[in-house]
Amino acid sequence: MNGRALLALALGAMAACGGDKREPSSTSGSATSAARAGSGTDLTGAGATFPYPIYSKWFADYAAQTGVKINYQSIGSGGGIRQLSEGTVDFGASDAPMSDAELAQAKGPVLHFPTVIGAVVITYNLPGITQPLKLTGDVVAEIYQGRITKWNDSRIAALNPGLTLPASDVLVVHRSDGSGTTYIFSDYLSSVSPGWAKAPGKGKELAWPVGIGAKGNEGVSGQVKQTPGAIGYVELAYAKQNNLPTAALKNVAGEFVTPSIASATKAAAGAAEKLPANTDYRISIVNAPGAGAYPIASFTWLLVYQQQRDAVKGEKLKRFLHWYLTEGEKSAATLDYAPLPDNMVTRLQARADSVRVSA
Amino acid sequence: MSEPATAPAVVVHDDGDEPVLRIDGRAIGDRIYRWMIAGFALCIPLLVGLVAIEIAVAGWPTLRKFGVGFLTSSTWDPVTGDFGAAPAIYGTLVSSAIALLIATPLAIGVSVFLSELAPARLRRPMAFLVDLLAAIPSVVYGLWGIFVLLPVLRSPVMPFLRDTLGLGATPFFTGPAYGPSMLAAGIILAIMVLPFIASVSREVLMAVPRAQREAALALGATRWEVIRIAVLPYARSGIIGGIILGLGRALGETMAVTMVIGNRHEISASLFAPGYTMASLIANEFSEASSDAHLSALMAVGFTLFVITIVVNAIARWLVWQVSRGASGRVV
Repeated sequence: MNGRALLALALGAMAACGGDKREPSSTSGSATSAARAGSGTDLTGAGATFPYPIYSKWFADYAAQTGVKINYQSIGSGGGIRQLSEGTVDFGASDAPMSDAELAQAKGPVLHFPTVIGAVVITYNLPGITQPLKLTGDVVAEIYQGRITKWNDSRIAALNPGLTLPASDVLVVHRSDGSGTTYIFSDYLSSVSPGWAKAPGKGKELAWPVGIGAKGNEGVSGQVKQTPGAIGYVELAYAKQNNLPTAALKNVAGEFVTPSIASATKAAAGAAEKLPANTDYRISIVNAPGAGAYPIASFTWLLVYQQQRDAVKGEKLKRFLHWYLTEGEKSAATLDYAPLPDNMVTRLQARADSVRVSA
Repeated sequence: MSEPATAPAVVVHDDGDEPVLRIDGRAIGDRIYRWMIAGFALCIPLLVGLVAIEIAVAGWPTLRKFGVGFLTSSTWDPVTGDFGAAPAIYGTLVSSAIALLIATPLAIGVSVFLSELAPARLRRPMAFLVDLLAAIPSVVYGLWGIFVLLPVLRSPVMPFLRDTLGLGATPFFTGPAYGPSMLAAGIILAIMVLPFIASVSREVLMAVPRAQREAALALGATRWEVIRIAVLPYARSGIIGGIILGLGRALGETMAVTMVIGNRHEISASLFAPGYTMASLIANEFSEASSDAHLSALMAVGFTLFVITIVVNAIARWLVWQVSRGASGRVV
């Protein structure tokens, strides 16, 4: 009898070990979120880190107003899509739209809801140059492919007639960690440069032709700040909060536009006007048409199953979708995110109504 | 230990007073305890085995698809799904080697000073400070690396090594001095592993019997000779054990290295060039990897790191065994 008890004890200990080993994998989050869901959380979501600050503000405000608690884990877009596909969260969030292959793996049709607009800015370190550098997408692509290696290259000089550019080497800095920022940036370069579209293409991680990889916005900006002649790309919000020098980029309309919340929203408005009625909102708004539109902008999305399996949760989720489109958008700019243009909000409300909660 | 084990305190009572409590001359409590402890101990190899199997299974599609090419190719392209880990493997080994090259002499110096030379009232606070280095989170080392170490390396250290000392003539110190580099990673790692090696070495040196030192002194040895002839050889295997501990830390260190190594998939002889390590590659890309091929490739990197760590540790253990078998240097 004692032998059996000991066996049970040993197995229990092994099971405890076995549980530990899964800790770093993303699926463990589902177990903990399910546990939390049981204790006072109404909805759980997981995904993108880029919009995490505004999402946590929304969820806090929403809980204060309605009492509905939403638990959001910023584990990254890839993890958010995986957990949504496995059905372990009530909604996902991603900086890049789901691919057709990913949609096929999900348990039913998934709706993409744009929430806010993120913009990516080009920052640089050129001592003595105070007015914003003017660049075109082509030139940025050439720099990031290692074909422009000096700051006084004729192609940069031609865009900046008033400036005396140094003869120093260009040090290219890019993100080393997988990131929605890199996705937006490479999406833009792919759309303006056919050569870039072929290789390295667009993605959250790339095989970069040149440059140094730095971790996070803070790593990129730290490297750029310290190295004269460096160029890098960071999120608009990060650049604003840290007063980084940013380049003005030429848009489709031919203007040089400095990055700002207003010019990012204009990019979405320009793109929204041309949306077909049956769009699934998996759209890229880089290089968007329209006056004043900043060219490196992108939506970030909430991912929601069109057919909700749990009627109570589905109804709560639907109400939240309406809330963020009306109330939430108002506070986006306070955290340096660009809100959706008005012409999109009404269309998205109709889309939120299309979420079905009945069996 | 070679003596026959002494009989347990409890023996079988033939008078039948308490037959239930004894089996084979041992108390049941002892047996339960023994099995329980054995179960806990078995947990460790079981855990290691499960981790290895799990990583190997997850990485298998990549290993099967690329075969040896996974270990030799320098291409890492998540967009096209073409994966080769050679630069990361190279970077892991080289950055750890640099770290040990820098940290070992420093750590041994520190431990010899603390155990042999330092005034008694300095020993405790200094040993405490060394141990404190081990308690600093690695992300703090990384930030320190970005904001303090890299600017200092960029100027004056790197230009000094390359131009003033003329090391630029060798292939190891060439190229532009941007800061993020294999050298920076090696230096950060050196600082991080130093307390491990120094702490273990100090303990080992303190454990060297007084008689060793006195015997050497009696033979007319100077202080330096005592340390060299009587103390260090006696502690040799323990010190190497400390170095192995440091090596293990260096191979697996992630965050601080990621922040200063430049994260570039390229094998370059120059220590000024950026590189990559296996641990940083996984840390950088795991959270946003969504395709199965990409995840599998990262798992394959993890499995490779696992195997390399075991192999390197096995070699190091073998070294210790070789050294301690000789066990020379005993004066008494």
